[in-house]
Amino acid sequence: MFAAALIVFRESLEAALIISIMAAATRGIAGRGRWIVVGVLAGLLGAALVASSMELISSMASGMGQELFNAGVLLLAVGMLAWHNIWMAVHGREMAAHATNTARAINDGSRECSVIFMVVSFAVLREGAETVLFLYSLASSSESGLRDTLGGGASGLGAGLLVGGLLYAGLLRIPLRWFFSITGVLVLLLAASMASQAARFLIQADVLPSLAAPLWDTSGVLSQKSAFGTLLHGMIGYDEQPAGMQLVFYVTVLLVITLGGRWVAARAKAAAPKLASGKTAGVAHQQPQAKAG
Amino acid sequence: MKRLLSLALLSCAAASAFAGVAGVDEFTLTIQNHAFDVKELKLPANKKITLLVVNKDATPAEFESKPLNREKIIPGKSTAAIKIGPLKPGRYPFVEEYHENDAAAQGTIVVE
Repeated sequence: MFAAALIVFRESLEAALIISIMAAATRGIAGRGRWIVVGVLAGLLGAALVASSMELISSMASGMGQELFNAGVLLLAVGMLAWHNIWMAVHGREMAAHATNTARAINDGSRECSVIFMVVSFAVLREGAETVLFLYSLASSSESGLRDTLGGGASGLGAGLLVGGLLYAGLLRIPLRWFFSITGVLVLLLAASMASQAARFLIQADVLPSLAAPLWDTSGVLSQKSAFGTLLHGMIGYDEQPAGMQLVFYVTVLLVITLGGRWVAARAKAAAPKLASGKTAGVAHQQPQAKAG
Repeated sequence: MKRLLSLALLSCAAASAFAGVAGVDEFTLTIQNHAFDVKELKLPANKKITLLVVNKDATPAEFESKPLNREKIIPGKSTAAIKIGPLKPGRYPFVEEYHENDAAAQGTIVVE
């Protein structure tokens, strides 16, 4: 029973952390709660589908289907998170200032909702599929059988959701002034962490070289299977024995999103005064609004 | 001339790729009743290796090794190919993650 609780805790914690960070990062966007729920439900459905067709997925791409599938899902999520963060680099300040969404934010917010939906459903799909297969395997093999497995699974899931909920509650206590800067950093690290995991699957599929395997070994200092190690793995992508290529992916995503956000924000800033000065004095009162955009 | 050169390069690359495939050694590990058939598997150092993990059980299993940085689900009654190496000499523990606390579901790859 304890084994079931532990593994389900690890898997559900990873998904719960992603959902909590996304929920916090998209604070103030209309309809985000509904999209999170729909994302979770779609993710569960996807997990059942993936788990039941694991044999087919595994046999694809000359036996490397599982690796390529995981890497693909992870990289799609990285793209979504990158889009979110770059968008927030322009709109974050505006949203923090108003604490609600402006007309502009609502407009782009609908696109933002598809980001929430995709990221949440992918997280639930990946972790859920593995959990389903694990529980199935354990339930049919342990002497204690189905009831203990389900009991353990439920307590593991509960614990995972609890930690995710605590993180969300903690994030909401951050003053609004810093709120979107901090959730922005969390989303950035989440994206980098997923990119590193995608690199690991691509190395395993022999598509990419490992460069150095492992780059370091900190398993003696902080095991990735410990509660804190799992938390760090889920939030910032801690890996006790990463390959060099994983670090390359991690740092590349950090740089691309950070520089991309700065570039877009600078362009928005440069465009705003030009727009205002080109207009007559009669519409000068619109200038602050244009700047905020 | 340019085309000829690129053709030559391409065939060189293809030849080395084939040589690579032919040069990969295969080793087999079997899971039955959620237990590995061997506790220790000896593998040669500094070579690319394909590890075939045969799951004879009807239920899925997951081969996992942090030191090897590998993690792969093996559906029931199927075989998974896991590419590893080139490895330095040493000991690389692995587990069947779904039963990781059972001693029978743990093993070590010994590279020498």
